[in-house]
Order: sequence, then structure tokens, then C-alpha cells
Amino acid sequence: MKVLVPVKRVIDYNVKARVKSDQSGVDLANVKMSMNPFCEIAVEEAVRMKEKGVVSEIVAVSIGPIQAQETLRTALAMGADRAILLQTDQDLEPLAVAKALAAVANEEKPDLIVMGKQAIDGDNNATGQMLSTLLGWPQATFASAIEVSGGKVKVTREVDGGLQNLELDLPAVITADLRLNEPRYASLPNIMKAKKKPLDIKEAASLGVDLAPRLKVLKVAEPAKRSGGAKVENAAELVAKLKTEAGIF
Amino acid sequence: MAVLVIADHDNASLKDSTQKTVTAALQISSDVDILVAGQGAKAVADAAAKITGVRKVLLAESDALGQGVAEAVEACVVPLMGGYDAVLIPATSQGKNFSPRIAARLDVAQISEIVEVVDAATFVRPIYAGNAMETVQSADAKKVLTVRATAFKAAADGGSAAVETIGAGDGAAKTRFLDQKLVKSARPDLTAARIVVSGGRAMGSAEEFQRVIEPLADKLGAAVGASRAAVDAGYAPNDYQVGQTGKVVAPELYVAIGISGAIQHLAGMKDSKYIVAINKDADAPIFQVADYGLVSDYKVAVPELMDALTAAGL
Repeated sequence: MKVLVPVKRVIDYNVKARVKSDQSGVDLANVKMSMNPFCEIAVEEAVRMKEKGVVSEIVAVSIGPIQAQETLRTALAMGADRAILLQTDQDLEPLAVAKALAAVANEEKPDLIVMGKQAIDGDNNATGQMLSTLLGWPQATFASAIEVSGGKVKVTREVDGGLQNLELDLPAVITADLRLNEPRYASLPNIMKAKKKPLDIKEAASLGVDLAPRLKVLKVAEPAKRSGGAKVENAAELVAKLKTEAGIF
Repeated sequence: MAVLVIADHDNASLKDSTQKTVTAALQISSDVDILVAGQGAKAVADAAAKITGVRKVLLAESDALGQGVAEAVEACVVPLMGGYDAVLIPATSQGKNFSPRIAARLDVAQISEIVEVVDAATFVRPIYAGNAMETVQSADAKKVLTVRATAFKAAADGGSAAVETIGAGDGAAKTRFLDQKLVKSARPDLTAARIVVSGGRAMGSAEEFQRVIEPLADKLGAAVGASRAAVDAGYAPNDYQVGQTGKVVAPELYVAIGISGAIQHLAGMKDSKYIVAINKDADAPIFQVADYGLVSDYKVAVPELMDALTAAGL
């Protein structure tokens, strides 16, 4: 079975995003970039399926600038077999990414696509669902467990108030939630080996899909600041203030 | 130009994120219809019909809709979109599951988790875990919007719209619902609660979390939340998680106990009206957003708080 894992290069999880002073966007110059954490979980899941013998080949794919090669090398170091970069410097919205990924899926014909539920930059939580729709493949979002057997996949999903189990026919699209697994750190020998694994670079434009943005970003601003920082001495003072100042009780 | 709101419900009762989404919808158009897609959900449709400002309620019922299968919801909604310029969906885990499918089928962008309607084509939404607010303008013929319910006030009851039954659309042949395990709770729903009490990693165990957080929550009539660290450590169930990757809450009072205040947690609760933080580390970032910070070990502070609440007549 072949698995396709889309990955995205984003601002590192531990870096606080800063808005540019001209409000044109978030300042990404000289900021540490990494693989989106949810994408890491998706790669890890594919690698675990391969270790169990359920999966024979893992193809990582990214769409973005030439630097996204580094993100793909990380995926290869974690255990993906080969990688594809669809190179473009254009700002991409989820619909454009889904269209590009659908074109790749039609070419690669994977049995399963596992990807992160959202990227921590745009926070859209849309690409996986859109990809499933465009391909006409069943979807299971927010997965916390995946079990493949006999041309079907059982997915446990995190829903409001608990967990839900779905069974999907393959091929299918699954998006990973936080608790699906804990991604491994790539070992140094695996990082070295990853440098020799195949990484194809293609122009995203060569896919012949419409990647133009549908939204115009008018401005990106700092969120309103909270004026916190006040302290109370003890629980009695806290309750008194909640009563008189805040009017909670 | 009419707009459609897709109701958030559990087939038995309407969730107040629906009323909040109606408020956002009314800022776009005065012609607002509600779709209730479910099974055995007549009571939900009747409740939706009472929301002030709603023109009519559409009720579509099938097993797959009742189970919330995303493909089924898409198949039900897309044919209706000929009559609407926009569809607004509460950004719950259920709403996020199906909304991008509608956008993809209509070949339009989805604008996720809007917190402000600037005009019928311009919206504000948080990006980078709420560290930046993006204002976007859509040129698409139809708009697909998910709505961060906590950013809008609930539309009041007082209407009497007609309920119209419509076709459910196709099911989802390749997706089968097997089962679900929902935790029944007498406490208010986390995203709708007036008061939320959350515990962090400092609790140290699931038993301690229950012993400390739950009685305090019950005394305050509050919902229970948790930090990602507490959830990852297994002290609290997944759906208690408040934060960028969990639930976004904005209650009148948020009480954070033993929570340091990581960026990703703050993203989920910083719009609360009042924030109380109890933490023994005076330098914890949570204090920077707290209206009332109490630097103390929760083991001392929470029993004292319980006593002080009792003394205050609660």
C-alpha cells in the first residue's frame, strides 16, 4: 500500500509570530521555520504503518518555495521513501493547495493520504476536507487512531464530547489530530541517509491547476492587548473582587 | 441576498453557537435561513424557528445527517446554495469537518473562524494562533464562512419562523459511521459556559485533577477545561482541551489553576471577560493576561477559595 503525506513548511511552533509594522503580514524574515506540527504527526503515522508492514511506500509532497526542500528532507529523515516539491513563490490558499495535491494524487495513485488537520500559520483547517471532496474519496478528519485492514480503514475521530469511529473505503483522506501519535526525532544517521533519498522538484505551475488566491488580504494587525497583571493577596480578596468589581456572583 | 446558517445541535437540542452565528449572519443580510441537518431533529428545528430575525428553517433528516457524516452534510447543503450568497457555519469540530467540502464543491475559498463582519465580503479572522488578526476580502460569488461563536453575542428568541422539510440528499456510500462514545456530563458545555475552571499539568494526576478542579467547577456551576499539557499527560479527557488546537472559549470568568499560560493555551481563552490565575510561579505568563492573579500553590489556594466562596454564600 502506498501513502501520500502532504507536508507544509511553517514558522516554528516555539516562535511567536510578529506582525509587520506596515500591517502587510507576519514577519517571516530570519525566523526559524519547521515542519507544521500536525504534518509531523501525519508523517510519523505513515512511518509507523510502514514499520507494521501495512505500507510499502511513503511519498512526501510539499507545495511552496524552494526552501520547502528542507521540510521534505525532514520527512525523508523520519522515514518517507521519496519526496516531491511543487515549487512556487505564490501565496497559496487551502483550495489551491487541495487542487495541486489532487493533481499529484491522480498521478501517484496512493491508497491513502494522511495529512495534518491544520497548519499553524493560516489556521484554516480546510485542505484535507477539500482534497477529499475534489478526489471524491471518503474523509475522516481529526484522527486519533487509524487501523487499515482489507481495503478499508477504521478511523477514531475526536469530536465534541468524545470519540467517533468511522470506516472508510480506500483510497481515502485522513487528517491527523494531536493525539494520533508522538512524532520521533530523526536520528543523525537517518538525516544523512535522507540526503540521498530522491526529491523531485517540479514547477507548481506545470500541474495546470488554478493556484490564484481568492482572497485579498487587506491588513494583518496585532490582536487587542489584555491589560492583565493585577494580583490579589488571598482567596478571600479574590472572591470579594469577583463579587464587587467583576460582578460575577 | 439571502444567507444560510447551518445549525449546531446534537439532534436533541440546539447549541447556542447557532444563535451566535445568526448574529454574524444578520450583519451580512437581513434574509437569514437556518438549516437543521440531522435525524429526529424536529425539536431542534422548532427551537431554531424561535430565533429573532430568522426567515425560515429548513429541516433535512437522514441517518447519515444524524451521525454528522461530512459527505452527507455536503450533499445536503450544496444543492441549496443556488438560493444563497453565503453560508455560515459555527466553527465547532462538527462544522469544521464538513464546511471545507461545501467550499471545495462550490469552488470558492473558505474563510475560517471569522470574529468580525466588516461588510458582506470582508471579514476579520485570527491567524497564527491568534497572534495576528487578518482582514480578508473575498471576490468569490458565494462565501463559505465558519464563525468563531465566542466572538458574537447570541441572537435572542422571539421569532416564529416556519419550518420546512426538505430532501436530505445522498448519503455517503464510501464512509460508514460505526459508533461513538460521548461523555455525558451534568456540567455546562465548555464553549457555552458562563464560567470555566481549567486545570494544568501542576495537578500531577487524573485523580488530583478530579479532586481539585471538579468540586470547584461544580461550586461555581462551571464547565471544566484543561491545558494541552494536562490532556497530553492523561489528567483530563481530550475534549477538555482549551487552546489553539483545542476549544476556544470566552466565558465571563475563566479560572486557570496550575496553568503556566503557553501561547497556545492563551489563544484559546484570552477573550474571556475576566481571567483568574492561581499558580505558585509568580513569573508564569498566565499572570500577564490575568485580571486577578493569586501567587500560591493550588493545594493551599483552592481549598481557601472553596471556603471563601462558601463564606460568600455560594
